[in-house]
Amino acid sequence: MVPIKPRISVEYAENATIVTFTDEKILEERDIQALQDSIMSVIEQADHINMILDFCNVNFLSSAVLGLLIRISKKVYERQGQLKLCKINPKIYEIFKITRLTNIFDIYSDLKSAAESLSASD
Amino acid sequence: MASKTPNNCSVVLESKPAAVAGVCEQLLSKLKSCNFSQKDIFAVHLALEEAFINAVRHGNKMDPSKQIKIDYSISNDKIEISVTDEGSGFKPNGVPDPRCGENIYKTDGRGLFLISSYMDVVDFNKAGNCIRMVRFMQKLQPTDKTKRNG
Repeated sequence: MVPIKPRISVEYAENATIVTFTDEKILEERDIQALQDSIMSVIEQADHINMILDFCNVNFLSSAVLGLLIRISKKVYERQGQLKLCKINPKIYEIFKITRLTNIFDIYSDLKSAAESLSASD
Repeated sequence: MASKTPNNCSVVLESKPAAVAGVCEQLLSKLKSCNFSQKDIFAVHLALEEAFINAVRHGNKMDPSKQIKIDYSISNDKIEISVTDEGSGFKPNGVPDPRCGENIYKTDGRGLFLISSYMDVVDFNKAGNCIRMVRFMQKLQPTDKTKRNG
């Protein structure tokens, strides 16, 4: 069977839905659209959702992915939820910093601190 | 048809986002063998992907009958890449700063800004349908690097 890309894994923890990108590179438009469809579907399954996006496997992404993250955040906030990002590697974090998206996304070094930030604000 | 010498290449590609993958892989491999740093390689990768997708989407307006030309040359201290589409061109100064005001919440408009941030020289031909990007090798240009991304 040919694996379908891009892939995500979804874990339902106590206070958050954790979505992990499993591909190293997220680049192509059709992959980004597929990611959007998958993640939006996860968000739409709940009335209220706190989501953590785990970038531990990602070592390259394009600016189109930044647009996807903004669309995801709008959808989560529409449902009075919170969005946290974590485990972003330094090269990719620099992209967030340069574009000043560090000002609008809550970014944590690890999953534990991202989850704790949700507990603290609940 | 592609013409190649060891560190120079001129190639014409189909105008679709995935078409750049092969050239990109080849170019990055050459940069690695020429001892460019991982930071340089990441920067060039990002700039080439963003320039190509801009050419497909904004230049050729997703028209699959059009083509995109990529030229690159690698020397001892720098990599120079040009990406040319068949579109009518644009005015780079008219592109809004994606970091300012409400633009930060926009879902697009960051590609050119990232190219300018990661490459040392970025300019366009008069028509505005060809972008030329240069990155100097990190270890040989410490002064330039301190200015970068500032």
